[in-house]
Amino acid sequence: MTKHNLYLIMKLTLSVVAVILFSVILLSCSRKSGNPLLKKGSEQINGAGATFPFPVYSKWVHEFQKVNPKAKINYQSIGSGGGIRQVTEKTVDFGASDIPLSKPQQDEIMSKYSTRLLQFPTVIGSVVLTFNLPGLQNNINLTQNAVVGIYSGSIKKWNDTGIVNSNPGVNFPDKEIVVCFRSDGSGTTYVFTDFLGKVSTDWREKVGVGQSIRFPVGQGAKGNEGVTGLVKQIEYSIGYVEYVYAVQNNLNYANIQNPAGQFVTPSIESLMKAAEYSVNDMPDDLGQSITNSGGDNTYPISSYTYIMVYENQDDPVKGGILKSFLLWAVTEGSIFAKNLGYAPLPEVVIQKVKGRLNLLNHNGKSL
Amino acid sequence: MNKSIPPHGTEKVIISRKKFSDLIFENLTFVFALMILGIVLWIIYEMYFYSGESRSAFGWEFIWSNEWEPVRKEFGALAFVYGTAVSSILALIIALPLSLGVAIFLSELAPKIIKSTLSFVIEILAAIPSIIFGFWGIFVLAPFMRSDLQPFLQKYFGYLPFFQGTPLGTGLLTAGIILAIMIIPIITAISRDVLKAIPQSQREAAYALGATKWEAIKMALLNAKSGILGATVLGFGRAVGETMAVTMVIGNRADINISFFEPAYTMASVIANEFAEASEILHLSSLIEVGLLLFGVTFLINSFARLLIFSVTRNAEGR
Repeated sequence: MTKHNLYLIMKLTLSVVAVILFSVILLSCSRKSGNPLLKKGSEQINGAGATFPFPVYSKWVHEFQKVNPKAKINYQSIGSGGGIRQVTEKTVDFGASDIPLSKPQQDEIMSKYSTRLLQFPTVIGSVVLTFNLPGLQNNINLTQNAVVGIYSGSIKKWNDTGIVNSNPGVNFPDKEIVVCFRSDGSGTTYVFTDFLGKVSTDWREKVGVGQSIRFPVGQGAKGNEGVTGLVKQIEYSIGYVEYVYAVQNNLNYANIQNPAGQFVTPSIESLMKAAEYSVNDMPDDLGQSITNSGGDNTYPISSYTYIMVYENQDDPVKGGILKSFLLWAVTEGSIFAKNLGYAPLPEVVIQKVKGRLNLLNHNGKSL
Repeated sequence: MNKSIPPHGTEKVIISRKKFSDLIFENLTFVFALMILGIVLWIIYEMYFYSGESRSAFGWEFIWSNEWEPVRKEFGALAFVYGTAVSSILALIIALPLSLGVAIFLSELAPKIIKSTLSFVIEILAAIPSIIFGFWGIFVLAPFMRSDLQPFLQKYFGYLPFFQGTPLGTGLLTAGIILAIMIIPIITAISRDVLKAIPQSQREAAYALGATKWEAIKMALLNAKSGILGATVLGFGRAVGETMAVTMVIGNRADINISFFEPAYTMASVIANEFAEASEILHLSSLIEVGLLLFGVTFLINSFARLLIFSVTRNAEGR
């Protein structure tokens, strides 16, 4: 019996391997030679990019297959940089990134393929500051300048007036702040430094905004889990992590002051507010930074994450599926995003995405 | 005379057939050997080729500068070279005496039952994936460093510049200790095998001449030194190239500090950390140049060790 089972399992794995091999061969053939016979069989849509939205993207892919059984979408979370690289080399059908495409990047793609790479916000993410203050029961409020001060090294101790003044009644220890940051290049670091850069021109000029940053103080750890590990281990430390990760791991996080002067707790509502408030300034290409956006009850370290697809789709079938997938994801899919802790797009932004999705075509024919 | 021809003939056939199969075998193994060389050359070529942008932008300055600022598009690798070198040397300083002690115990002194159990445990240690060491480093070693070892070092050796600064638990020293734990199995296992290979008759001869146990072991160690050196080099090589475990505990700051408590950065770590998200060509090519540099450093260490082994064994033969 067990021997039989073993045999069965072996056979199964072998056939799975064979199928994978076959599909890989098929895929590579269809891409290289463009053989029309093979093309029909390969409706698998491949995407790669940002790690932050990976849980919601895989949920969407799974759920969308119930809506459209023909849609075989495969998403690999290899990082935003890798996603942009792969989609600009057309080794994947769509890319995903936490950072909008820059103008030069868009121009380069335009001159290379004579079609635009369109970007669509899918969900809203944010960065929260988690801290380790032993014995402290309440949550803490951090002003914008306090965050900049801590990360640029000008605020060295927890009982600095810059922190104490915004927390009446809280007794801060006379201890040095241990600053932690993400050492691996990440969209989280980009969003966080984008916020710091908007608050302080000094930061923008001296340290800069980007995925890999040389921070003036502190120590780096790899990934959200690395930063969390450090902060949990080291007393009197502070670190920034991605919001969904913080929620899933029950981390505490500070309220951050927004431009309206309010101390806002990150939540799905306050993230959506940040997006809603900025929608009037949203450029046509939908690439927008919504950190420090202003408005009531907006969480200031928020940002969109994007999926990127070519305006002129090489394959009408794939293009059609991609279009319907994106449309479904931002509308009906938003409930799945919410359940996972991601903030879905507000209605006004969905309208913009819908309008932009209509641009997708195959050699001029709308999909 | 004529009668002896047929056997000669068959012999020839056999010989030529043997030669034919030998020829195939020899050539085949030769091709395999060439493949290794080819792969190494290929890797070097690829890294050289793809680091072109960075080489032409910074030249030799890349090695001497420690300005690593992706935002400003300034790249210099000195801090990484420093971090790699110091963390690996620290690891070696910690691991070498320990491993040698264990190896001597295992090959010369231990009773059989302890010998086999301990050997097994050491081999298990060698099989633990480095990410596990990394997490262990963050969650177990770092708190211990912060609360016990670092304050202790500061209290008694605080006058040395190496042990100054705030004890955070992470940093160069922690990375060195993690690396030491990771290279102990490899140095121990090879040293033990080398010691075992020393003929028993030599030890017996030493004892016969009235040598103590320690003197007999010393003699065995002297005879095994080239092998032990080789083991050390292998261990050092692993420490230099180790990525994940180090990244988790070293603090990842591209700074050069004399204090072992301060965060640092290694070459392998910066590649692992930044490669996936590097979209700028100059950033990518700089990371590849760091890889090339790492290759060069490893090459240098290995050649140096070869030289050392060569000089040691030459002296040994003279005796």
